[in-house]
This record gives sequence, structure tokens and C-alpha cells, in this order.
Amino acid sequence: MAKVTELHVNGKALRVDADSERTLLSVLRDDLDLTGTKYGCGEGQCGACTVWLNGFPARSCHTSVGDAAQKKITTIEGLEQDGRLHPLQEAFLDAGAMQCAYCTSGMIMSGAALLRRNPNPSEEEIVHFMEGNICRCGTYRRIIMAIQGAAKVMKGGTG
Amino acid sequence: MTAQVVPDFNVEPERYELRAAPVYHFDLARRDFFKVFGSGIVVLLLLEEVTAQESGGGRRRGGGQRRPQELGAWLHIGKDGVVTVFTGKAEVGQNIRTSLSQVVAEELRVPVVSIRLTMGDTELTPFDAGTFGSRTTPDMAAQLRKISAAAREALVGLASEQLKIERSQLVVESGRVTHPGSNRSVAFGELAGDQKLLKTVADNPATTPAVDWKIAGTSVPKVSGRDFVTGGHKYTPDIKRPGMLHGKVLRPPAFGSTLTSADTGTAEAMPGVVVVRDGDFVGVAAPDEQIAERAVAAIRTEWKTSPQTSDKELFDELKKTSSTSGGRGGGGNQTGSMEEGLAAADHKLRQTYTIAYIAHAPLEPRAAVAEWKDDKLTVWTGTQRPFGVRGDLAQAFRVPEERVRVIVPDTGSGYGGKHTGEAAVEAARLAKAAGKPVKLVWTREEEFTWAYFRPAGVIEASGGVRADGTITAWEFHNYNSGGSAIRPLYDIPNQKVEFHSARSPLRQGSYRALAATANHFARESYVDELAHAVKMDPLEFRLKNLKDARLRAVLEAAASTFGWGKTKLPSGHGAGIAVGSEKGSCLATCAEVGVDPAGGKIRIVRVVQAFECGAILNPDHLKNQNEGAIVMGLGGALFEAIRFENGKILNPQFSRYRVPRFADAPRIEIVLLDRKDSPSTGAGETPIVGIAPAVGNAIFDATGVRLRSLPMLPNGLKV
Repeated sequence: MAKVTELHVNGKALRVDADSERTLLSVLRDDLDLTGTKYGCGEGQCGACTVWLNGFPARSCHTSVGDAAQKKITTIEGLEQDGRLHPLQEAFLDAGAMQCAYCTSGMIMSGAALLRRNPNPSEEEIVHFMEGNICRCGTYRRIIMAIQGAAKVMKGGTG
Repeated sequence: MTAQVVPDFNVEPERYELRAAPVYHFDLARRDFFKVFGSGIVVLLLLEEVTAQESGGGRRRGGGQRRPQELGAWLHIGKDGVVTVFTGKAEVGQNIRTSLSQVVAEELRVPVVSIRLTMGDTELTPFDAGTFGSRTTPDMAAQLRKISAAAREALVGLASEQLKIERSQLVVESGRVTHPGSNRSVAFGELAGDQKLLKTVADNPATTPAVDWKIAGTSVPKVSGRDFVTGGHKYTPDIKRPGMLHGKVLRPPAFGSTLTSADTGTAEAMPGVVVVRDGDFVGVAAPDEQIAERAVAAIRTEWKTSPQTSDKELFDELKKTSSTSGGRGGGGNQTGSMEEGLAAADHKLRQTYTIAYIAHAPLEPRAAVAEWKDDKLTVWTGTQRPFGVRGDLAQAFRVPEERVRVIVPDTGSGYGGKHTGEAAVEAARLAKAAGKPVKLVWTREEEFTWAYFRPAGVIEASGGVRADGTITAWEFHNYNSGGSAIRPLYDIPNQKVEFHSARSPLRQGSYRALAATANHFARESYVDELAHAVKMDPLEFRLKNLKDARLRAVLEAAASTFGWGKTKLPSGHGAGIAVGSEKGSCLATCAEVGVDPAGGKIRIVRVVQAFECGAILNPDHLKNQNEGAIVMGLGGALFEAIRFENGKILNPQFSRYRVPRFADAPRIEIVLLDRKDSPSTGAGETPIVGIAPAVGNAIFDATGVRLRSLPMLPNGLKV
């Protein structure tokens, strides 16, 4: 059985010893203690497990660790830079864009990925891009506001 | 007949939330407190004396409703000045950690950040029956206000002794007791430092009236919000214990199955795998999730199954198996004479409404981490009933409750779905066999299948109305769905309401607002039909039949903000309105829908909801609850339904069970009516009850089609 022995996570090379068929989600959470990435459905339908692979959002519950081994992985824990929150993390706090917050990591990873490719998304573009992320508490409108708020801040050069 | 004020304060106790709490005598002695805390000031709240005054004795009827516990909460102030409050309530996203911290900070005149709340830990917090029924704000917040006010008075007393200044000349601010005349002051921590003062709130300390609130009543952001946006907060599935294994349960092929044989040999031979077969329970503990899955897959089982009701026969079955006795949740309730009422009517109408089973689908599925150590069991689990789950565990493993500790980390939502402790019991069973801690996280499919559902139901409404719009007769029967908010809010001289329990083919239980959603849907849809029968505007019709001032106020507020009757809607659009009351709160909801002329697809254009729950503790969080409840409620209103056949759930995944997503969230405007003269009531549930009827009524306005089943548009938002 093929093994994965190293992963590039949040700018660091980390040693692992994982069967390559295991999900990236379980290796991040169980082996590397990066539990900010959540299990929500196991079928790529809810977005709670969203991470970035080479800067693009991916569902870690549906990605084998073997497929992620050669890529740069970013998790919610890697979004903060030098003790400073990502503007979207700040914007979630400002907009109160959460209730139970179990979906929040995945929402922020998806939303921040959107802002990387489209720094000024319209409401329609946000809705379209975020449609794969479920917030069962129903805070969608606030999340849209947070993404728009972060877009504004990042354009202003403070991000 | 006089106006009914907040009818649901006196309505039948909700049967699904009536699990009897164990009688528990908490008698932590003084030395026990200080063994835990070292030193400081501890204030205890003797619960019954306070709640008796709070409730006026008549909030809930029935002998079984008395809370058995002696203590509601306690508070400690240590030499570092940190205030720690202990309450058995659980944080499941309703943000009570924040609002409870606010009321404590308010009374103690300290910033919110200096308050710590220890919640839902059966070893550290006083007994609590559970976090449900929207009782946290009316009960726990009121208790914490008193306990904190008592602590403040105790601090003033100590300061008075220390500074040798009369109490009346001292003021409390920013964590200090100060004498403004001399500018001398002493910090809480210094006052508490070397004390071992245990104080009981037996008198009724003066709490700060809502009009004077400076911290309570403001939009304090979610406490420890940073932990949630950085992924740092540890929910139950994130907890790791030394040597921990991963559990997995082998589920039966259908409900009601009995295990006849299990061949576990292959699984047992897998390295590091422990297999448990105990009665019908089969499960494994393994070094990682993948091995656990493989081990379960390697077990061969045979089951005896039996034929069961399918969703197609559901509503007939509920009617057929119903009893008129009403069960614990209902029973008949009659005023006046139906015959006279119908005789006085110019129009009579009889309609039937149905409600499908729906799933809570909390994004954090049921999960638990269980650890046995020296015959003591500790379980971390996301539940709304930590003490109830402790009882379940004690019973399952035949150990005394004091050897079981349940800890509830702030949890990834519940919506009434996490009253039970299945995952806790299963993880503990596996951990016991393995001799190591075990984590068990239900899969989404398990969550959709083996949890419980919001009850399905059939509702029959009949009655009559005079040509001038006066409702003269009202008869309302709810089969199986539940008795919450079953009474009409309207002032109707002749009325009969009845709840009928029935045999439910699926396991059912609590769900945010319980049957109030179904009963509001049927009632407000039916009232709309009556209004149309006499060609009256639905708002005017409601106001004509409604005396209650609170209900009229929310109705008028929602209508005015929405522009009811004043805004011309585009062609193909329709407007609907609904009013409601549950758990002591009142709301009115207006919705505008649009029909796409090409495809006939319905779109929710905007929603306005007015909400009143007494004095508001946190306006932004209250808005958030309203917005979220509207979005969640749209799921049950439009498309959510559990489909089942012969003991199997047919749509146990998000790919087959549609929940509201970004594109489903309409523009929402929340109008809050802040009643500083009224006690604060709960607001986590009630905001969900208005959206289904408002949307149904709007669809009728737009299309002329009356939809009487929840969900209304199960086949893709088309009428």
C-alpha cells in the first residue's frame, strides 16, 4: 500500500505516515491536529472541509492524501499571517457572520479563494461561487456582506 | 371573550420536551467549593425561591414541571479579579454564552471580557434539565442577573469594611469598588483574594432595570469569536485524547431490525481493531477512521427485518392510528359552542394540511469522545442535555451518576436535534471494550438516519366567518405533529382545538419551535383563506380578529416596514403575511415572492419580520437568530422532506436532501420591538414559525394556487 510521508501544509513541510488512500481531511485532522477543517458530509456537498490546494479551493473529504502530497496545502490555520487575521476573518467578526460557526472555516476558505481570483465579486458571483457551502444556521446574507466587506478592505490595500 | 395574552405561556406542556429530569440533590459543601477554587467569593443561587418569584407560579402547568434542583448557577470571583460563572446550559450557536456574559457584566459593572462562563459540564456546573424550550434567556439570564447583583452587593460590603466607609457612599465600576469622595478604591480581586466567602442568594437582590442597561441590551460580538474564524475552537469531533481510537458502528439495514448472526472474525484479526457485539449493537474501535471503516465492512451480519410504513402511506397512517385522548401534549379544549358559531357564519370552510418529517441536519453531526479511567467515565459530546446524557450513560453502564462526567464543548448547532446521547453511549461502549479512549463521529448518513425527526402531521381546520370578517367558529385538530401553539391567537367566541397523538412510523422528537411551525402554517394559511372568502385584505382581516396588543404591534410594524398594501408589486409577484406567538415571543412575517414568467419557478424576493421578545439582551444576535430562522424555515416550508420506505431513509445525504443554500436566502429585514418594560423571553425558536405561512400566502397571492402541504414545493420550486 502506497504511503505518503510528507505534506506541505501552511508553508511547512510536515512528516506524516499515511496510507495514500486516506482522505486529506482525516490526515489533516487526526495526524496533524489541524482540526479547523471540518467534516460535514463526506460527499463534497457542504464545504465544511474546504482547504486550498495550490491556492485553489478543494473538498478535503473527497481528496485522497496521495493526490494532495505534491501540492501546497493551505488550511484555515494558515490564513492568519504574522498574528494578523486575513481580512475575511476580520470581516466575519465584523459582520457577525456566524452562529454555531461549524461551517465558518469552510466558508472563509471558499470566500477567500474567491477573493483571490476575483477581488471585487458581485453579489451574484458570490452566491454562485459559494453555493457549495452550507450554513445550516442560515447566516448566508451576513457571509455575503463579510465577503463584500473584505473585498473593500483588500482593495484599500490594508489586507 | 377577553384577549389572550401570549397564549403559549399556558398551553399544554410540549410532550417531546417533557422528559422527566432526575431528582438531583446537589449538596456541594463549602469546603468542596474552596477545594476547587482555593479562595475567593462564591455566590450560589437557590433556584426555587427565585423562579417562584420570576414565574408567578403559573408559567407551566402540571406537577411534573417543577424543577427539582436546588441550585441554578453559581459564580466565583477569584483573587485575580476573574469572574467565573457556572451554568449547565449549552452553547449551540444561539450565542447564549455571549448574552449570559452580558447580564453578568451588567450587574457586576465589569467589561464582558472579564467574565468566564463554564457551561454544560456535569462535574463543574449545577444540574440543568437542558437547553431547550427557549428557557435560557427567561430563566438562566434572570438567575444570573440575581446572582451577579448579589455578588456585587457582597463586594460592596467587603469594601465598606476594608475602607471603613459606609456602603451607601460606594460605587461599583470597572471591576472596582470606589469611594468617589476620596477617590479611594479597591479592586474585586483584592476584595476576593483571601476570602473564603460563600454567599447564598436567598433574598431578592435588586437587579438593574432594562432601561438602565449599559452592557446588556447592546450588540456585544460573539464571545471568543476569534477562535471560530481561525479554526481554533475545539468542537467535540476535534478533541483528541492520548491513545485514542476511532469508533464506527455497524448499522442495521432498516429500522426495527434484529441481529440474528454476526461473523466478526476477519475484523477481529485486523491489527489494532477491537470488535464489540453486545445485543443488537455491533461496532469497532480502530487506530484510524479508514481501518475502522474497513473493519466494519469486513463484518458479515444477518438481520431479521419486518415490513414498515412508507412515506406514501404516512398521512393515512397517522390519522388511522390517532387517538382522541390527546396524549400528554394536547387534549381537547373547547370554548363556546361550535354549532352556534357555525350557525352565525356566512361562509364555512374546511381544509386539511400536511407536514412531512424533516431532519435537523446540524452541520456538526452527533459525536462523542469517551474515556474510562479508574471506573470513571468522561464523555465529551455535543448535546443539549448534558445531565440527561449523563443519566443515559449511568443507566447504560450501570454506574452511579457521580462516576460519569459529561462535558459539552460549544457545539455545531442542535436545533432541538441533540437532546439524546446515542453517540455518547456508543463511544463509551467501544471505549470500555478497547480499554482506550474512543472518538465516534456519526457520518452524515447516520445523522440523517439514526437521529430523530421533526414529527410529521395532519392538521384539519374548519370554521366559519361572517361577511363582515368576524371569525365565529374555529375547530382545529392536529394529528401527531404536536400541541405547541395549537390555539388560535384570534379572539373567537366558539372554538375547539385538539391534539391527537398517533403511532409515528419514524423516530420523532424536538425540533426548533416544535409543532408551532406546523400549527402556525395551518392556522395562518387557513385565516388567509377566510380573509379571501369575505374579500378582505389579509392584514385588515387579522387585525379585526385580534385584540392582543403585542400581536397587533408586531403585525403593524411588519406591515409598515414591508409597505403592505402601499407598494405596488411587479406583475407575477405576490405578498403574504402571517402573525404568531410562541414561547412568550411574538412575531409577524411578510414575504414577497415572484414567479418567473417563463419557467413558472418561484423565487422569494424579500422578507420582513417584526419580532418582540421583551427587553432585548443583544439586538444584533437577535437579528441574526431571526435571519437564520427564516432561512432555515424556508427549507421546511419549500423543499425539505425525509423520504422513507420500509424502514429505510431514501434521501440520507445533502445531495438528496436539499437544505437552503446561498441562492435560497432572500433579502431579509428584521424589525425589533424592544420592550424594556417586559421580561426578556427566548428567541432561538420562535423566529422560525412565521415564514412558511407568509410564503404560502404570498404564493397564493401571486398564482392563485393554495399550497397546504409542507414542504410546499418539493419538486423544484414550481407550483
